Parts: sequence; structure tokens; C-alpha cells
Amino acid sequence: MGLLRRLQNHPAFLEKVYGATHTAVSTLQPIIERFGYERANRWLKGVEEWGKSAIFDCRMCGQCILHSTGMTCPMSCPKNLRNGPCGGVRANGHCEVKPDMRCIWVQAFERSRQMPSYGDEILWIQPPVNRQLEGESAWITMLTGVDMATPKGWVGVTEITVIGN
Amino acid sequence: MTEYKSGSRLERVLRSGRFAVTAELNPPDSADPQKVYEAALVLSEVCDGINATDASGAHCHMSSVAICALLTRAGYEPIFQVSCRDRNRIAIQGDLLGAAAMGVKNVLCLTGDDVTAGDQPQAKRVFDFDSIQLLRTAKIMRDEGMFLSGRKLTEPPRLFLGAASNPFVQPFDWRPLRLAKKIEAGADFIQSQYCFDLPRFQTFMQRVRDLGLHEKVFFLVGVGPLRSEKTAEFMRTKVPGVHIPDAVVERLRKTPKEKKLAEGKQICIEIIQQVREIEGVSGVHVMAYRQEELVAEIIQEAGLLPRPMQMGYDSGHEKARMRHRKHETGN
Repeated sequence: MGLLRRLQNHPAFLEKVYGATHTAVSTLQPIIERFGYERANRWLKGVEEWGKSAIFDCRMCGQCILHSTGMTCPMSCPKNLRNGPCGGVRANGHCEVKPDMRCIWVQAFERSRQMPSYGDEILWIQPPVNRQLEGESAWITMLTGVDMATPKGWVGVTEITVIGN
Repeated sequence: MTEYKSGSRLERVLRSGRFAVTAELNPPDSADPQKVYEAALVLSEVCDGINATDASGAHCHMSSVAICALLTRAGYEPIFQVSCRDRNRIAIQGDLLGAAAMGVKNVLCLTGDDVTAGDQPQAKRVFDFDSIQLLRTAKIMRDEGMFLSGRKLTEPPRLFLGAASNPFVQPFDWRPLRLAKKIEAGADFIQSQYCFDLPRFQTFMQRVRDLGLHEKVFFLVGVGPLRSEKTAEFMRTKVPGVHIPDAVVERLRKTPKEKKLAEGKQICIEIIQQVREIEGVSGVHVMAYRQEELVAEIIQEAGLLPRPMQMGYDSGHEKARMRHRKHETGN
């Protein structure tokens, strides 16, 4: 496991980095807009992929929800689950599909408990993935808002507030 | 009057506060429908809904949608299992609509075992949806009367929506919360993974009650007989998500060979009787892989007969004929 990947075990720090990146990208919006989203996408997606792959094993789904899933990439789950672990987790907490890998949702849940700001977002219901955004920069899709655009018929990304104690 | 989501027999039994029983039909590796009818004939007398599995364990068998077609045609009430492994959102929504048109009233929304669990691990895994997105989509089709795209349905499918739950694998603290998520997504009932570990299940149910979830969903506990300690060993190592405590395996190992079958059945009956006493449990779901003949015995010996309502060829056939006649006369 690479040095950068170990950063994942510091989710409280990472969620601060997420917050800072979010602010930075949002602040830069006017500049990026003038530069052109498509051009910016071409430039940024390489940078984003490099950074996020090294740290999170990012799969460039183009609609990043890392902060809602314990700073753990849900697309690195072999079943691409975005709403929590399947029922196939092994007795040792490893993945049903890849026996040598710890279930990413076991890790995501543990990490979310160490995240004061976004930890409870792990309970949100995540809408179906927009496969058209695969390979795009999630920073840009965030600015244009397409990352949050759900299918027309999708009703509610519901927040569930049962976690507590 | 109770407002039913689908009015299926399973829903009516559950909403009337009675202890429900569902059972799994082992799909044949055959193009002959006779095997399905034979199995259904036995199961229909002892349960309130027959689960039609969707290539469980990623092993190919007769498809769940086809089994549902056969069963509804004969007047039985299947529980249509839909997994996210093999079909994308377009296929799934079409199947839900078609199933409802055939008379299917119960659906069980599953993630699905991975392709690597089966005998064709080279297959492409789909997982366009996860089980929660699938559940919510089915709910949208039923309650909002539209496809995920927003396109209107002329007639929405009336479905009693189910989901799975596995309290027996990690992360344990998360399992009750995942159940909460599934309820929020649209689950009306739950069918759980095999329960062999009662203390673990009790801890889970305690948390479920603390969260008030037992009042929002009907929870059916998965149970099943073990043929021998070898079967137990196979299941807990090879079948994804099955947890069997050492004590259970040991109990079977100590039993003389000729009594193992009876002992496995006895363990299952004991578990049924124990989970029945737990607050928040609404029924049991009997899964007897390659031991279908035991299902009826188990349900009977656990004291769960007679079932409150009957399904079967006659009533279903009659209804289908009347519907047909109504169609012809245009009334």
C-alpha cells in the first residue's frame, strides 16, 4: 500500500482537506467559468485522477461522494455499491469478491465515525450513478451541478437521522 | 380498513398481525415447467409466499421472472426476487412492470451474490443499481406512477416491496442502520439471511427496536435445515454471507450419521421457535437448498400450520378466467 493511501486512515484530516478543496474550487468558479468548463475539465481531470487515485483508489465516476462515505471511494467496492455494504462480507471483515481486501464499507463505516463534520452523511440515500459522467472531473461536475442532478423521476435524497449514540 | 400496497396474501397475513411463513423454491435446471409446479404444490400449502430466486449464488437456473410467470398462471403467489447483478436499470424496470402485469404482487430487491460465487465467474457483473436504489425505484414506480426517467406509467405496478438484511456479518453496528436505510428507501418487508446465531440476532433486534424500526417494517427471519456438519462447513465457507457458529457445527458432528438429518431439522425448528418469541419478528423465511421435502415438515413441526389463507390452482385459475371474460365483454 502506497504512502498516500495510508492517509485514508486519517479521515478527520481528510474531511478537512475535502472542505478546503470544496471551498477552493467554489472560490475559483468565476475564473474556471471564464476559462470554460470543458477546457478546465480537460486540464483538471488529470490532476484530480492522479491525486484521488493515489489516496482513495478513485475510479473517476465523475460524481464524487467521498465525504458522504467515510472518505472511502464507494466505486472501489467491486459491486460499486453506494449505499452501504452488501450481505456477503466475510467473517474476517473482508470482501466477498476479493478475499484479500478488507470490505471497503467496513472501512467506510469505521472512518465515518471519526468524522465530526460529514460522518453522518453515510446514512443518506445515494441516487443511482450517472454513468455518463464516468471519467469526468468531479470538481467540474460539482461546479456545473450535474453531479447532483438525479434522474427526473428520482424522489428525494433522504436524510435519515437515526445514527446517534 | 387497512390500505394495502398490493393486497398480496403475504401482505394480508402480515398486516393482520399473524406470523407469516415464506419459503424458497429451488429453480430447476430444466426447460420443463413440471418441476416448478411440483415444488409449488407442496410449498403453497405451508407458506404465504413462494420466493422465486434470481440465479442465487450466481448459478444459472430457470429465471425468476419465468418461474413467477408459471406460478401466477397457476394461481400461486410468488415473491419475485430481483438482483442487481445481471441487469441494468432499463431491464429491471421493464421486468417489474411485466411481473406486475402477470400478477406478481411481491418483490424482493437484492444486491445479488457476485459472479465469482458461481460457476461462470467470467461473466460481466452489472450492478448498475445497488439494492437501495432498486428499492427506491420500485417504490417510485408504484407510488409516483412513473419510470425513473419521469415518464408516466399508464397503470402503476402494485407491489409489496421487500429487501434483505444480514445481521450476521460485519460491520455489525452498521446493520441496523442499513435496515433503516432500506426502510427509508421503500421496504415494506424484510427477509433475512440464514439465522443460526441467536445471541447475535437478539443484539441486532434490540438495536432495531431501540430505533423503532420494528414498527415500520415486517421482519421475516431466514432459517433452514443443515444436512450435516459438512453442509454447514460448505455453507459458511462457500456461500456468501452465511454465518454458522461453531457450536451448531459441533452439535451436528457429534450426532450419529443416521440421525444427522433429523438433528439438522431439529436445530431449524428450535431456531424458529426462539425467533418467534422475539419482539419485532413478523415471520420466518424457510430456505432449504436441495432439501425441499423438509420444508413442509419443518413448518408443520414448528407449529405454523395451518396457514391462514390458501393459494392454489383453483382460486387463481378461476380469477384468471374471470378476468379474461371481463376483458372479452369489455366490462
